[in-house]
Amino acid sequence: MSIDFIIAVIITVVGASTPILFAGLGELVTEKAGVLNLGVEGMMLIGAIAAFATVDLTGNPWLAVVVAAAAGAAASMIFAVLTLSLSANQVATGLALTIFGGGLSTLIGQGFTGRAIHTFDTIFPDALAKDPIGRVFFSYSPLVYFSFIMVALVAWFLRGTRAGLILRAVGENDLSAHSIGYSVIGVRYAAVAFGGAMAGIGGATFPLVLTPLWAEGLTGGRGWIAIALVVFAGWRPVWLLAGAYFFGLLGTFELYAKASGASWTSVLPSEAWAALPYLATVVVLAIISASKRAGGNAPACLGKPFLPTT
Amino acid sequence: MRLKLEKRAEPSRFMLYASPIGAVLVTMIVGAIIFSVIGYDGLGAVYQVFIAPVTTSYKWQDVALKASPLILIGVGLAVGNRAAIWNIGAEGQYVVGGLAGTGVGLLTQNFTGPWILPTMLVAGFIGGAAWGAIPAGLKTRFSVNETLSSLMMTYVAIHLMNYLVTGPWKDPSGYSFPQTPLVTADQTMPIIIPGTQVHLGVLLTLIIAVGVWVLMSRSVFGFQVRVVGSAPNAARHGGFSQKQTVWLVFLLSGGLAGLAGIFEVTGPFQQMSLGFPQNYGFTAIIVAFLGRLNPIGVIIAGIVLAITYVGGDMAQSALQLPNASKGIFQAMMLFFLLASDILVRYRLRFVSRTPAPAPSPSRSAA
Amino acid sequence: MVVNPPLRLEVVGITKRFPGVLANDHVSFAVKPGEIHALLGENGAGKSTLVKMIYGIMQPDEGEIRWNGQPIVVANPRAARKLGIGMVFQHFSLFEALTVLENIALGMDAKIPQRQLEAKIREVMATYGLTLDPHRIVSTLSVGERQRIEIVRALLLNPRLLIMDEPTSVLTPQEVEQLFDVLRLLAKQGCAILYISHKLHEIKALCETATILRGGRVVDTCDPRQETSRSMAEKMIGAGLKDVTKPASRTIGREKLVVNRLSVPAAGHFGVALRDITFNVRAGEIFGIAGVAGNGQNELLLALDGEEIGDDAGAITLDGERIGRCSAKERRLRGLSTVPEERNGHAAVPEFSLSDNSILTGRDRLGMVFSGLIKPGVAHEYTGKVISTFAVKATGAAATAGSLSGGNLQKYIMGREILQNPKVLVVSQPTWGVDAGAAAAIHQAIVDLAVAGSAIVVISQDLDELLALSDTLAVINGGRLSKPMNIADVTIEELGLLMGGIHGEAGHPADKEPVHAA
Repeated sequence: MSIDFIIAVIITVVGASTPILFAGLGELVTEKAGVLNLGVEGMMLIGAIAAFATVDLTGNPWLAVVVAAAAGAAASMIFAVLTLSLSANQVATGLALTIFGGGLSTLIGQGFTGRAIHTFDTIFPDALAKDPIGRVFFSYSPLVYFSFIMVALVAWFLRGTRAGLILRAVGENDLSAHSIGYSVIGVRYAAVAFGGAMAGIGGATFPLVLTPLWAEGLTGGRGWIAIALVVFAGWRPVWLLAGAYFFGLLGTFELYAKASGASWTSVLPSEAWAALPYLATVVVLAIISASKRAGGNAPACLGKPFLPTT
Repeated sequence: MRLKLEKRAEPSRFMLYASPIGAVLVTMIVGAIIFSVIGYDGLGAVYQVFIAPVTTSYKWQDVALKASPLILIGVGLAVGNRAAIWNIGAEGQYVVGGLAGTGVGLLTQNFTGPWILPTMLVAGFIGGAAWGAIPAGLKTRFSVNETLSSLMMTYVAIHLMNYLVTGPWKDPSGYSFPQTPLVTADQTMPIIIPGTQVHLGVLLTLIIAVGVWVLMSRSVFGFQVRVVGSAPNAARHGGFSQKQTVWLVFLLSGGLAGLAGIFEVTGPFQQMSLGFPQNYGFTAIIVAFLGRLNPIGVIIAGIVLAITYVGGDMAQSALQLPNASKGIFQAMMLFFLLASDILVRYRLRFVSRTPAPAPSPSRSAA
Repeated sequence: MVVNPPLRLEVVGITKRFPGVLANDHVSFAVKPGEIHALLGENGAGKSTLVKMIYGIMQPDEGEIRWNGQPIVVANPRAARKLGIGMVFQHFSLFEALTVLENIALGMDAKIPQRQLEAKIREVMATYGLTLDPHRIVSTLSVGERQRIEIVRALLLNPRLLIMDEPTSVLTPQEVEQLFDVLRLLAKQGCAILYISHKLHEIKALCETATILRGGRVVDTCDPRQETSRSMAEKMIGAGLKDVTKPASRTIGREKLVVNRLSVPAAGHFGVALRDITFNVRAGEIFGIAGVAGNGQNELLLALDGEEIGDDAGAITLDGERIGRCSAKERRLRGLSTVPEERNGHAAVPEFSLSDNSILTGRDRLGMVFSGLIKPGVAHEYTGKVISTFAVKATGAAATAGSLSGGNLQKYIMGREILQNPKVLVVSQPTWGVDAGAAAAIHQAIVDLAVAGSAIVVISQDLDELLALSDTLAVINGGRLSKPMNIADVTIEELGLLMGGIHGEAGHPADKEPVHAA
């Protein structure tokens, strides 16, 4: 394998990992507050179409990121009202949100099928990305760099700030947090909104970074992988980064299987490579869940509705 | 005056059954408004999606054909959700059931006899149950969250189907279309209403749904499922095994989804093709909830959702309303149902604001 | 003192209603600076509701709270803390996965850098003679240490009023003494203390004033040092105390339940391992197991009733038959009944009707199942019998378990097991959170069952209950059971030491040190 090939792989992997990294980070914060939102896939789709439509209409990819985040957060508010204010079942509501996001994005996307958009220009001067090593570091979309910043920010927020401590406390023991005087519901609304915004940006990554074309259901289950990723990472942001890149790598095999028929990928049919990330997710979940430590890291109130006794 | 939620001493039976009807009605009203706002004929859309399939008698058979898999899968999921076991991979189990039955079909193409169809049906059930056994085993053995694993296995199932349909199982005389050979006469579901496409599977679905209702309401198994779902510790105390319940629920719901799959292959589809996954497995989640996790309720909810499937197609041709709109209507039904759930356990009360207990304002002792 | 200082806290005519319940009915009382004031009453008398209003968790419907003579509205706990009101909860509001320091930081309203906070914590601990490592994760601490976090958290705020809600229910007698020392020192410095309890001897030892609540109303304010325990108990309960009648001449028969070196590994992170539990219970005998919460009581119950099944068939013997590897169902069929501590969600399913709850544990012994199908009529009839025999207040067999009060649900659960005529009955915390009337009825039912010839195990944190009921008593600590003692030979002192056993200062739960005297 040539160095060029390896660099090409790295660049592809970075792109493929970014959506699940964003969505996973958002879900991680949501879950740390004790809320299990299974609507990530739906929110990603809504973010994706919001971003696509914004670029198509305004030509501004920066604005598209903002709109996608807002759209994802707005979608997450449906979930928040149902589960937090009306204490509906979180699993069922998350599923409904995924179905809703799929329908809504397809409906809006109808008008955009087959259109191409122009997205971000590179932010670093082309000269920096000339030699192979430079390409590895300087050739990406701004969203990729933004995802790294967000990993650091989330890690710092959870570990080093008082607000992060309160958020963890709410996820750990909602009744205690309530009795000390923190607004459990308020903190959870904020965490769900952040999760929605990040899922929205994760969805926006598909049209803005990966393929500038609209396709129905283009997230292809990445939202679910993002949720699995949070378990895999043991609710730790830096591990999430590692996990996202691992799954990103698995996801790129299919591309190579399709692109170069005669290569090493031909040992398996392309469908097998396509199924690999999902199978790997199941296997990794099995390994992680089997070890007791992972369960110990899960926020104690995850998925349970908050019902103060008054 | 303000609204206050007050916990009921006992859950309201009336609300339990009224809220699904309310959810459908509110979906129609809000749906009409939303579609008007985004520039469609809102009232027309609601009429086409919800009413037209009922008033157009030649569409009834379509409704029956769509309702059948939704009910069959929905009944299985209702059992699972009762036990708080979240099988959201029914779509994959449906596909694998179809594949397993088709596999038997391919082997028996050159045979004749009345045993062929039942064998395919059994294979379909086993195929779905086997696919359901994967998340069940992972959950009981490694405590893997079944929501994620069952869904992941759905993607694997669809890729497996794509491979078989475009590769080894492709119809050699099919002009290289990605589809399996058509089923033979002995592999086809008999039509039970002459002049329509309504096949035996529709009747079997109703029989199975009623059977599951008896199972859930009268048997120890049904009791076990309900206890495990409501209070896992009480279930252990009562001598019921959580793991056994997980297995039984996944084998049953997976098997029924697989059966729905092979009903489709031997009924409406007559073969496997890339268009075989119809999202029934996901829509059936809505069916199960809208039917209040009660098999009889699931029959009604399955018909309602089937109406929206048929109505979605009608709206597309009548109003150029994109087919995806039906998904929005379906999700809205579930949203409104979940939102109204709180009324089962709480009642809404208007209360006058209490006067401030102390005359003087709060004072902080700094 | 020249002038009387203003009253630190005055509560005037406080009323609080919940749907169907009048929790507080024009309650009034006052606390002076430096006074240790008891708030005495049974479970359900309205003590917790009252202090929740003082601490701002709830708002009163009527009445006034005065602070240093000024009427105030305590909008929320934050406002309460700003005033100088601290509270230590009965159920600790702690976060298991966080450190001691993080837990304390969460309770502080002011933003203090962690290092400064840590210094302040060490200072407070030195002042009051408390020891605690600020960097330990809470889940690794003993119950007494956890309470210390709450106390330190309250003390850091320099409270002018400290509310202690049933602080000793989880402590050993020795830990209780240490706590009292801290409280006395605090009071000497002028802090008022509102001490909530239903333990009369503690109140006599600690408090100078007691306000007694019954059914949401103040029935008396007295000086507990001038009262006898019995007189206070009668005020608290209302009618004259009804003693449990325990016939002196009971025939203790042959061994029914024999537990021989029962060991169970710890389940998960926070579980307790059972080690070499050995005891036997004879027909007609009531065997008490005392201990501080979280020392393996729950695990022992699960191991006995078959919810956790071990490898050693001979570890548990029922009527000579080895049942150590039998399932819960098989054990129940052989006549072993159990009542776990947690009523809602363990002993009973709150959303289910009482009739269905009878099916939960009675279906096989009482013929409620025929070839896989349930016979609802049999369950309904049996449930009706339980309701009438045990005077359960319920609308009928179709009422959901969740709609019953704690005491009535407990009576139903006890009745459900007792009417199955178990050979052995294992009960955990039989009267926890139950009103006195129901508690007396439950105690009587336990004694009657023993008289009828069943072997009974009572696991409880309530020493008074155990001393009243048991014939034989043992103490569980850190998953080990002490040698059984005849009830006549037991001293409170000895029990206290056994209960404290391994839970000394900063003791690690896994340590196997022998008992050390304080």
